[in-house]
Amino acid sequence: MPLIESLWAMLGGATEGLPPWIEFFTFSSINVIHVVLGCSLLGASAGAIGCFSFLRKRSLIGDALAHAALPGVCVAFMLTGTKNPLYFLLGAGASCWLGAVSVDAIVRYTRCKEDSALGMVLSVFFGVGILLLTYIQKTGDAAQSGLDHYLFGKAASLVESDVKLIAVVSLGVLGALVLAYKELKVISFDPDFAGAIGLPRRLVELMLATMIVLSVAIGLQAVGVVLMAALLVTPAAAARYWTDRLNIMLMLAAGIGAFSGFFGAYVSYLSPKMPTGPWIVVAVTSLFLASLMFAPRRGVLSRLMRHYRFRKKTARENVLRTLYLFGERADNWEQGYLLNEILHHRLMSTLELRRALYRLERNGLIVETPDHRFALTAAGVHAAARITRLHRLWELYLTRKLEIAPDHVHDDAEEIEHIITPELEKRLIADLGGPQWDPHEKHIPPVGGVA
Amino acid sequence: MNGQYLSGLAEFLWGIPMAVLHADASGWWIMLIGALVSSACSLIGCFLVLRRLSMLGDAISHAVLPGIVIAFLWSGSRDILPMLLGAGALGLLTAFMTDVLNRQGKLQTDAAIGVTFTWLFAIGVILLSKFASNVDIDLDCVLYGEILYAPFDTVLWGESDLGPRAVWVLAGVTLANAIFVVLGWKQLKVCAFDPGLAQSIGINVALWHYLLMGFTSISTVASFESVGAILVVAMLTVPANTAYLLTERLSHMIFIAIGVGIASSVGGYGLATVLDGSIAGAMATVSGLFFVMAALFSPRHGVVAGFIRRRRELTLEDAQS
Amino acid sequence: MNPPPIEIHDLTVAYHHRPVLWDIDVSFAAGELVAIVGPNGAGKSTLIKAMMGLVPLASGHVNFFGEPSVKRRSTVAYVPQRGSVDWDFPTTALDVVLMGRYGQLPLFGRPRRKDKEIAVECLKKVGMLEFAKRQISQLSGGQQQRVFLARALAQQTSVYLMDEPFAGVDASTEKAIVVLLRELREQGSTVLVVHHDLQTVPEYFDSVMLLNLRCVAFGPVETTFTAENLQKTYGGHLHLLTEVGEKLRQREWRHRNATH
Repeated sequence: MPLIESLWAMLGGATEGLPPWIEFFTFSSINVIHVVLGCSLLGASAGAIGCFSFLRKRSLIGDALAHAALPGVCVAFMLTGTKNPLYFLLGAGASCWLGAVSVDAIVRYTRCKEDSALGMVLSVFFGVGILLLTYIQKTGDAAQSGLDHYLFGKAASLVESDVKLIAVVSLGVLGALVLAYKELKVISFDPDFAGAIGLPRRLVELMLATMIVLSVAIGLQAVGVVLMAALLVTPAAAARYWTDRLNIMLMLAAGIGAFSGFFGAYVSYLSPKMPTGPWIVVAVTSLFLASLMFAPRRGVLSRLMRHYRFRKKTARENVLRTLYLFGERADNWEQGYLLNEILHHRLMSTLELRRALYRLERNGLIVETPDHRFALTAAGVHAAARITRLHRLWELYLTRKLEIAPDHVHDDAEEIEHIITPELEKRLIADLGGPQWDPHEKHIPPVGGVA
Repeated sequence: MNGQYLSGLAEFLWGIPMAVLHADASGWWIMLIGALVSSACSLIGCFLVLRRLSMLGDAISHAVLPGIVIAFLWSGSRDILPMLLGAGALGLLTAFMTDVLNRQGKLQTDAAIGVTFTWLFAIGVILLSKFASNVDIDLDCVLYGEILYAPFDTVLWGESDLGPRAVWVLAGVTLANAIFVVLGWKQLKVCAFDPGLAQSIGINVALWHYLLMGFTSISTVASFESVGAILVVAMLTVPANTAYLLTERLSHMIFIAIGVGIASSVGGYGLATVLDGSIAGAMATVSGLFFVMAALFSPRHGVVAGFIRRRRELTLEDAQS
Repeated sequence: MNPPPIEIHDLTVAYHHRPVLWDIDVSFAAGELVAIVGPNGAGKSTLIKAMMGLVPLASGHVNFFGEPSVKRRSTVAYVPQRGSVDWDFPTTALDVVLMGRYGQLPLFGRPRRKDKEIAVECLKKVGMLEFAKRQISQLSGGQQQRVFLARALAQQTSVYLMDEPFAGVDASTEKAIVVLLRELREQGSTVLVVHHDLQTVPEYFDSVMLLNLRCVAFGPVETTFTAENLQKTYGGHLHLLTEVGEKLRQREWRHRNATH
């Protein structure tokens, strides 16, 4: 694995003994297990719960709440003077909570909008937190050093008690999510409906907010204030590309979050100088970008492919229809035509035409004669008749049902002929009463036949 | 016991104006820097708030980090020009990437913002950790700035000391923002109020959007050295929203926002001195207090005014029935 | 012969979740006061927005005074639906009207005294002068609508496109709007109004365009606003058209090949 090795060397690792990039996977050190477990569980619970704020289009609430946790962390330290993770969780949780309530209150009681409320809560709470943090630092308490980790996260500093707490809380959040799945789903999709069918709307919203707050609070030490937001947004956004079903989306987001947490822990293990949070974010964003590009159906590539395929199909169908028109004009279906004759009738590039002809020939719809002419086969005539039929049916539909002038309908039919399904075709024929002639007095080829 | 607390509180509160009044020269420089930061940010912030783009401001203030680091590595100094360019480029990249994810990737705006800025910020932090030895930028300083040392980094012209570098930079950026807002006043206003009208009378809405984002990035990077990334967000949003609750005129809103920003800087300096804590954090705290006051006591939009109005209506109804 | 103020050629619109407009092909003359009427979701607002270039056209084009609409957009005054803007915006009624002048000002130019006089004059015309300094959120629905109309008047053009100006306004505002529309017609302006209330069509308008995904009929109210045409517009659903439109939408793009 030269790549990983060089990456490792780049990160500044030592090279004697069992290389750490292998040693990591032996999980021989109890510390490694702690860190990996902590980060993965954290990623899983934040990823899953983030789906709900994503679906409610309030993804950035996680950003605001993560920042809002800082004053709570400081106050907890000031009051207890120790670095007990439980007190920190309580402090961070309480302060996040206050942040969430403030956002709600600002939106409800003033005319400020939600984005402003988020921005203000985020920055003012964080400012208070910084003020307290520097106050603590200046008062010179030795134990305060750990507080710095809340800004960027340091997974390596996770000890057994931290991990136990993370495990309890994140499994608790995931468990609550499974239990209240149906309620959370309804409330995210249509809160008014949830209220109308008698669900305790406030209670469920409260529960969702609590779950987000808890996920944020446990994530601070490993990921840091600033990048906790990513764990709530990005896995959900990535998962959304792959599926249209909420339960699958939740599982995918949890998986993506867990893997990213694992990856961050790995890098952090290899290079203790590196903060964990950013590497988790890089991992999760890479997965997001991959999803964005490669996901079937919703992905960018897949959409481009569909577009491309449709263009090719359109080109082929246009060639068929052109040959049909030639055949109709000459009343001769066996005659072949030169490339130029087709090009003269239809605006397309030579390359596009050659490609279309090649595919049509391979599909047995067209034959090339020895003198480089192209003629429809029997199957080709059949297919060409269908396209022509659709074109003329649509022209007739537009003129008859929409009362559009016959000289205005051609362009539209040029497009619609390529998207009409056999089912729509049947209904068109029925609606129009099995017509014989199009608005331009041309014969509409009957189903399964030629003129 | 109670009396002891009260006198302690009184002493604490009294200490704030006293600290301001007894500030030494560097103290006044610090207050001036704070005032310039808040003025530069308020000028832009009002439009961000009205266009509901506050969180894009937040995103940009984080995402300029890799731009700053790259500019630093490339130029090898803390010269302001490469940094402004680097940050400006990254700020526009953030706005652009959010737009592309939204349009081409079919991703909702809030998530597009979240994904973009956390990613860029993470890359910035990694670059910073990797090249920490070459880069004279403190990671914590990125988040909450270090205004305290700004007065000692001065500009020299020949033999004479022309004052802190930050003051010159921020004064320049504030002036640039002011010119931008004055010249683009009607375009910015129409784009914020009614983009449909803007487009229909031939204003290039996208161009003005990106211009606004560009000026946001430049203000951010000019301010970040002294107040840090997140407190820039405070100055972009809090004074503007406070002003939004106090007036019905856009022009007044901008002046009130600047006033609130300056008052927050002065109050923040006092508070920080008394507590011996971060000045930037204290500035954000004080600005938050101003907002809470406005939200409660604004004559027209305040919670208290609304409460009294409702009470009066209720009693009127009672009297009628 | 002068080119007509508005010409629409084979306009087709297919976008988002909105209904599709098919092959609209009409032109409007100077001094014409037209109601655009049709059921919900018939594409009335879409037609206006498409004319202003606010939604992408799938095909066809719109000309104002014989030139492509994009070039002459600033010569057309558009009155959007009232709900389309943020009425909390910190600005006064007079200021909103003044925005109507912005299109005529140079890039960094500020409104001059003359522009302010025009704005005041327009506010007076809609009977809102006493509210000039009022913040816009403190105006009633009808008053907000009048401010929007005044803004359009301030553009001093001869083509007006109005999207439901009568929606949710009080009786006196409705009367004021009607008086204004007639005045504009007397001046030779072309005014298109998306209208909901069938009852008042013959009373308020000269011409009517019946719209339901396509232009069912267009002409003088006496001959066009007939029971038969209304039946065609409001009855008889075109399910097939809707389904084909749906297919187009799912594809997200349009692709056309031309024939000689």
